[in-house]
Amino acid sequence: MNIPKELLYTRDHEWVQETGDRVRIGITDFAQDALGDIVFINLPEEGDGVRMGESFADVESVKAVSDIYSPVSGRVAAVNADLLDSPEQINADPYGAWMIEVADITDRGELLDAAAYEKLCGEEG
Amino acid sequence: MGRYIPAAPAEQRQLLEAVGVASFDELFAVIPKELRIGGLCIEPGKSELEVSALLRGMADKNRVFPVIFRGAGAYHHFIPPIVRSVAGKEEFVTSYTPYQAEISQGLLQLIFEYQTMICELTGMDLSNASVYDGASAAAEAVTMCRERGRSKALIAASSHPMVIRTMRTYCESADTELVVVPEREGRTDAEALAALLDGGVACLYVQQLNFHGLIEDADALFAQVHAADARAILGVNPIAAGLLKSAGACGADIAVGEGQPLGMPLAFGGPYLGFMACTKALMRRIPGRVVGETLDAEGRRAFVLTLQAREQHIRREKASSNICSNQAHCALTAGAYLTAMGPDGLRQAASLCYAKAHYLAQRLCEIEGVALAHPGDFFHEFVTTLPCPPEALLDRLAQQGVLGGLPVQQGILWCCTELNTREQIDELVNTVREVCGA
Amino acid sequence: MRDQKLQKLIFEKSREGRGCSLLPACDVPAALPDQALLRQAPPRLPQVAEIDISRHYTEMQKRTHGVNDGFYPLGSCTMKYNPKLGEEMAALPGFAGVHPLQPAGTAQGCLELLCRAEQVLAEITGMDAMTFQPAAGAHGEYLGLLLIKAYHQARGDRARNKIIVPDAAHGTNPATATMNGMQTVNIPSNEQGCVDLDKLRAAVGPDTAGLMLTNPNTLGLFDENIAEITRIVHEAGGLNYYDGANLNAIMGIARPGDMGFDVIHLNLHKSFATPHGGGGPGSGAVGCKALLAPFLPLDRPVQQGEAYGFEDPVQSIGRIKAFYGNFLVVVKALSYVLTLGAEGIREAACNAVLNANYLKNQINDLYEVAFDGICMHEFVLSLAELKKRTGVSAKDVAKALLDYDIHPPTMYFPLIVEEALMFEPTETEPREMLDYAAQVLREIHAQAFSDPAPLLNAPLTTPVARPDEVLAARSPRLTFEF
Repeated sequence: MNIPKELLYTRDHEWVQETGDRVRIGITDFAQDALGDIVFINLPEEGDGVRMGESFADVESVKAVSDIYSPVSGRVAAVNADLLDSPEQINADPYGAWMIEVADITDRGELLDAAAYEKLCGEEG
Repeated sequence: MGRYIPAAPAEQRQLLEAVGVASFDELFAVIPKELRIGGLCIEPGKSELEVSALLRGMADKNRVFPVIFRGAGAYHHFIPPIVRSVAGKEEFVTSYTPYQAEISQGLLQLIFEYQTMICELTGMDLSNASVYDGASAAAEAVTMCRERGRSKALIAASSHPMVIRTMRTYCESADTELVVVPEREGRTDAEALAALLDGGVACLYVQQLNFHGLIEDADALFAQVHAADARAILGVNPIAAGLLKSAGACGADIAVGEGQPLGMPLAFGGPYLGFMACTKALMRRIPGRVVGETLDAEGRRAFVLTLQAREQHIRREKASSNICSNQAHCALTAGAYLTAMGPDGLRQAASLCYAKAHYLAQRLCEIEGVALAHPGDFFHEFVTTLPCPPEALLDRLAQQGVLGGLPVQQGILWCCTELNTREQIDELVNTVREVCGA
Repeated sequence: MRDQKLQKLIFEKSREGRGCSLLPACDVPAALPDQALLRQAPPRLPQVAEIDISRHYTEMQKRTHGVNDGFYPLGSCTMKYNPKLGEEMAALPGFAGVHPLQPAGTAQGCLELLCRAEQVLAEITGMDAMTFQPAAGAHGEYLGLLLIKAYHQARGDRARNKIIVPDAAHGTNPATATMNGMQTVNIPSNEQGCVDLDKLRAAVGPDTAGLMLTNPNTLGLFDENIAEITRIVHEAGGLNYYDGANLNAIMGIARPGDMGFDVIHLNLHKSFATPHGGGGPGSGAVGCKALLAPFLPLDRPVQQGEAYGFEDPVQSIGRIKAFYGNFLVVVKALSYVLTLGAEGIREAACNAVLNANYLKNQINDLYEVAFDGICMHEFVLSLAELKKRTGVSAKDVAKALLDYDIHPPTMYFPLIVEEALMFEPTETEPREMLDYAAQVLREIHAQAFSDPAPLLNAPLTTPVARPDEVLAARSPRLTFEF
């Protein structure tokens, strides 16, 4: 299980990367493995608002749909549109396949460091 | 009493014993006593022979018109015998939705062929495996077009009244505002459309052939719609599609229609077939089952139900449509019909419809007081004025075994198909002249 | 046996210039629309002779499993035998040849048939009125919630926008609520797999529009608290909707109308033996109590003295499709009900429940039954333990059944049971078929422990092996590429 030290994590298996006053959000290796082969992703549009704890996207495997929850409130500043054409990147490279960048952050939830997240995965796995 | 249970009473007792209960009542012990009924107040069962006689008796109370000049959403066409023969095979009739691809390749392949044929007819990129009928297909198409900030749908007043009424129901339940675009001289009023196209409009539905039988200028209407960044839905008559410019060529984003003319009998209104096709951009929004091509684990071509994550059994409350069972067997029938007709046969059927309807219109208009109600070309239906009350005419026709056109506000909506011979048309004209002529 | 060669599509069998000779020459002056209105090129439909068509469809028939091929215990789908009498009746020209817009006076037989079907199905379900406009079960659900919404709105009760749905419900229930602009409130099942009364009491309130429930539920269990459940909802001002997908278990034994349900849909293609057609046409007849009848769809067939006609209910919700429903399906259903009659309907339910219990008892020593005990017409196995111990999943067992000419049960449903397989044998299976299925399931179980590898690749004898669903979804090819 790949859990990069430099990232932060949510209890719903999203990863968060701070880049200046923005954050990038994606899903973890643990999450992609649990979901199986991802065949499609619904993403928000630039400029949309996201709210902490609410779904901003969903990913489809062949027989399941899973919501992706935002750990912060703010505005979508960028969307990784490449994923729309090749969602399999999420399986192949979960930490490269970022989904959105959020700016104008007004609120953030509890985030775990790599060690705490690894422990969480151990409990769930 | 008729029954379809193989187990004889003695066998049933053995099974009860094996299950460890003394009686059927014991099996249902969990149902509270006060909810159990003593018996149903319906007639005792009958033999198949008796039921057959009873239902034949009901069928005999219906009038089956040998000659039909009425359409208005249900069309009398020739059904090649091969269509009934192949569609009636027991495996196609009795199987369920093909969830288990390995033992459903035949059905899946036939639906895939159907999807391809619908795309050929409509000029669209992809088709689903069918929905309930043309009216619900039109309503579902509107649902596909809703966008944030665009919650208004437009429908041409010249559409079939039942399509408008169905769409109104679907729109109201989803909080979509439905606005009817008025017609001018029987066709959609482009100026009125321009005035209605604001930033809140998600889509326009136009019917090609419209309810009056007229050919709409879909290209021009859809150019307006696209200029307003809204989507264009064309309701297509599938027989006319063999001859007329395709929905895709007219700029439609979604093509839907009533597929009944493709090999289904009139059947007092159903089962019919809603077909539904769209551009690639809308692929993930199309409701219902979709069959796709893939490979099996050993590299063979195989077909499966695909894009299932759009559907209600996975998305539950997030699904945009709840459809599961559709009209698969009607789709299979339509595929068989289009296969039997082929490109030449379909074009011939369409040409015959057109030529005969125009011959009828021309002959009718020779009668004083009978005239086309609308300018502009039509396909196989048209409205004429009538200088006499329609009831008298229709009664007289019925006596001759003829179902005349449908009475509408401006007169009569007539329909001709390849089944109407010149002789029938001439006789019809004579009767109209006798009853309504000066 | 596996296909040895490529199975051709009809387009690949097409030969330029072939065709069938079907239509006569034009006997009126030729005419064509203006060139600008015509299509540029003809549609690329296949060009084949009649014998090509006959053989193509025969090939496809051999590659399709129907009820006539063997056991089809697909849970919640009620794949019972479809009597051929219904097919013959539906094909009568006196039904198939009637135009939906011909004068009611010339369609008396059709209207009588619809009224008769309404009468008997209302009696079977304990309802006061029925409509046949919905084309399928989900369409019926849509109408059912429209009726509930219209009822509340007509009373000025506009705050009711929540539909309560147990977590074991069919996916259509929540999807239908969404289509009606209502919110779904999911309530978890209790330890017996039934509605948790306390959770239900906590969920109802002044915003409750209604409850949607299947009883027996998707675990095959009859909820004995049903009267209390519907009372809780009624007292909160909501209405009760009965999802009739599982009616086959209780028809002739108990009636949803007596249990406190206000509106119900039936799947005539399940309980009433009309064929499924590979996924339709079905018929989702909707029944309701008198309080909802004023809202039923337009064009309601009614008896008017000696004759039959159409009536538009005063506060109708409008229509949900053109015309009056899948009429010929209703013909088949009525022919079934008239054949069985009061006793036969009950006997069908009795034997459906008996067969399910018998099959369950033949295998429940090996397989874990979710909520064991006497079941209704279906039961659910959980293969979680088997998967943990052998790596063989519910899907693998299902696929292995294909090698024995058995259609698999419903897989991975209900969602609340891990590795679920849901069996519904129906009443039309003879004992020897149930014994055969039990024996096959026991063999597969033994093999899972002794030699699981082949099961992971099953089926081994079907025309194709497991298809790659990921490829199909990631790179959709939805039409033939010419």
